[in-house]
Amino acid sequence: MTETLPLILATILTAATPLMIAALGEHVVERAGVINLGVEGMMIVGAASGFAVAVLADSSPLGLLAGLLAGLGLAVAFGLAVVVFATNQVATGLALTILGLGLAGLVGQGFVGQPRAAMAPLAIPLLAEIPVVGPALFTGDPVFFLSLGLVALVAFVLSRTRLGLLLRAAGENQDSAHALGLPVMRLRFAAILFGGAMAGLAGAYLSLIYTRFWSPGMSAGRGWIALALVVFAGGKVWRLVFGAYLFGGITVAQLHAQAGAIGLPSQLLSALPYVMTIAALLALSLGGRKGQGAAGSLGQPFVPER
Amino acid sequence: MAPRVELVGITRRFGALTANAGVDLTLESGVIHALLGENGAGKSTLVKILYGLLQPDAGEIRIDGRPVRFDSPRAARAAGIGMVFQHFSLFEDFTALENIAVSIPGAVADRRLRARVAAKAAEFGLAIDLDRPVHSLSAGERQRIEILRALMLDPRVLVLDEPTSVLTPAETELLFRTIEAVARAGAAVLFISHKLEEVRRLCSAATILRAGRVVARVDPRATPAKALASLMVGTGIADLRAAPAHALGAPVLVVEGLSVAPEGAHGIALERLDLAVRAGEIVAIAGVAGNGQSEFYAALSGEAGAVRAGRIAIAGLDVTRAGINARRRAGAAFVPEARLGQATLPQASLAENVALSWHATEDLGQPLLDRGRLGAIAQAVIGAFDVRPAAPAAPAAALSGGNLQKYIVGREIAREPALIVIDQPSWGVDARAATHIRQTLIDLAGRGAAILVITQDLDEALDLADRIAVMRGGRLSVPIPARGASRETIGMMMTGAPAAEAVPA
Repeated sequence: MTETLPLILATILTAATPLMIAALGEHVVERAGVINLGVEGMMIVGAASGFAVAVLADSSPLGLLAGLLAGLGLAVAFGLAVVVFATNQVATGLALTILGLGLAGLVGQGFVGQPRAAMAPLAIPLLAEIPVVGPALFTGDPVFFLSLGLVALVAFVLSRTRLGLLLRAAGENQDSAHALGLPVMRLRFAAILFGGAMAGLAGAYLSLIYTRFWSPGMSAGRGWIALALVVFAGGKVWRLVFGAYLFGGITVAQLHAQAGAIGLPSQLLSALPYVMTIAALLALSLGGRKGQGAAGSLGQPFVPER
Repeated sequence: MAPRVELVGITRRFGALTANAGVDLTLESGVIHALLGENGAGKSTLVKILYGLLQPDAGEIRIDGRPVRFDSPRAARAAGIGMVFQHFSLFEDFTALENIAVSIPGAVADRRLRARVAAKAAEFGLAIDLDRPVHSLSAGERQRIEILRALMLDPRVLVLDEPTSVLTPAETELLFRTIEAVARAGAAVLFISHKLEEVRRLCSAATILRAGRVVARVDPRATPAKALASLMVGTGIADLRAAPAHALGAPVLVVEGLSVAPEGAHGIALERLDLAVRAGEIVAIAGVAGNGQSEFYAALSGEAGAVRAGRIAIAGLDVTRAGINARRRAGAAFVPEARLGQATLPQASLAENVALSWHATEDLGQPLLDRGRLGAIAQAVIGAFDVRPAAPAAPAAALSGGNLQKYIVGREIAREPALIVIDQPSWGVDARAATHIRQTLIDLAGRGAAILVITQDLDEALDLADRIAVMRGGRLSVPIPARGASRETIGMMMTGAPAAEAVPA
């Protein structure tokens, strides 16, 4: 058991990291008052583009960068639609997801089933030597460590800096923000770009580090779980981290349960993370915190009177 | 020396409506200038243009004699124009300090800013707890934040849009002292209000708008309120006629020990309310907005509110747990505050909107609506209440506030209710329509209906009611007779003096 435990812990972290990165991006987007239901689409395009570039250039870091840029590209389209032309955010986001699924199939066409070697892990000196916990928490892929850095950065920027204050102001009350002379549209566009880049990076992480192969539809609803995580977090970054690892844990636990043949149909176990998503949202809602934590102007198109 | 602000020939159209037609306005530094006019006279449009929120179709803005163009509020703020909005432009989930930080270029809510804000607050005598989130603050505290936020920029021009509408009389006094200090410090102040007595006390110049045009420039201190009012409205308005003497009947609405749980995180709990309204009587609920009046209305109409204790009876029938339709069948009619979306469906025609309340007590056709009947009812209401346009097919949203309110009140009165509960009968309604509605209510009481009016407008309560109760913090005072009650008495009740002490001996 002492040999498998670090392995299980490491798998949980790998399963949780893409959720956390995508949710972190969407968290920033929603703080700015925009709801992006296209996260799933951005993730899958990131996964396909990242994998394709990694194979062609034979470089996983380049692949990760390509995934990030692919997400950014879709974010530009999404931002143009919902910010500049003030389209309905829900409809546009859904369209983006459908578009993304198709686009990813096209990009990844020639790469289905090709294997990809793991990236060399980073080990933090000394800390990685700690038994059990050390190999799991302090040895890992570079993106895992990057994700932790990003969490700290986002938490700091949102709560402590001028940029974060303005971003939250634009999300909390777009009319007041406009009346105070804040550039609401530019703030939202910037947040959407960040969210897209994170979703793309999370997608590339899926295909290059988590599964290490590309297959169509491989994001398997993780973009939606990331969206649910943002609701679960209720505006608090630490809850988002907690939620991501919880869901990572459930994902891995159900894999092990399937392998251990505990007599439940595998489909039921596979559904567990999604059932848990609904359960978590239900629990939050029943807890009387309905609508709390969400930005005040969330989802409203902003069209200044002229 | 050139005046601080000159607006010259400002014209702004919205489609067919001309909101401002060649408006000239001059503000001098150190002078508190009133902008007077009815709802819809173009006051808000004009200040939005001055503040860069709207662009004029024609005309020029000059600051200290130099022509400027404000294509956004940012440009106006950079030129030293500060604005205090009627509906506060605060961020509910932010602390007071964060709300102020947002508006100051380059600032974050840190210790350095706190020191600057605290110094400014002390300079103008504004008491504010900077660390509380705004949603937990009273209207007066919110307004102090708005004002402090504007003052942090050391404005050369300060615009206040209807700043006293949500304040208690004591808070209003405090506000006036702050405004006077701002003017003494050299800023030009533009004070928008339709409370004439306040304007006459505070302002030394006034510009009066009617239908988008300047109709007069006067010294309000030397002009009687009555004269100001007729300048705003055009022709004199008929005084209200009292109903013929009539005996009061049995109580129609009885509320006993009513306690209602708060709605949502920021809601107000109602605590042990007692009230009886008799047939032929008008009772008014006065009080500063946000003290539980909306919750009380919702509990009376049965739209919302979890009743924890107590009972509500209409015409002797216990309706504590009943829905709004059962209450209508018991003889009640309800006019909510929100005219569009609650009292009417905005895009549905006036005729279709009849069904909204009538369906509870009338057979309007099964299974298809009897459109002819709806049209006839709408036509009758339109005729009786002088609603314009006089078209049953017009969508509710196409009517002005005053006409729509006349239509809604008319629709309910046409049901011949034994009780009518009306929330803010003349909010955002022009003076002529307001008078019409008030007269209608007085006449209805004269015919023996019980009437409960919830209003923020103290003058309305004094004009209309036989008895007035004050709502404060979710509690209701003992009603006092309106005859002989003064604004001061009720103002004291709003700030918490018990009714017994507030009634003059």
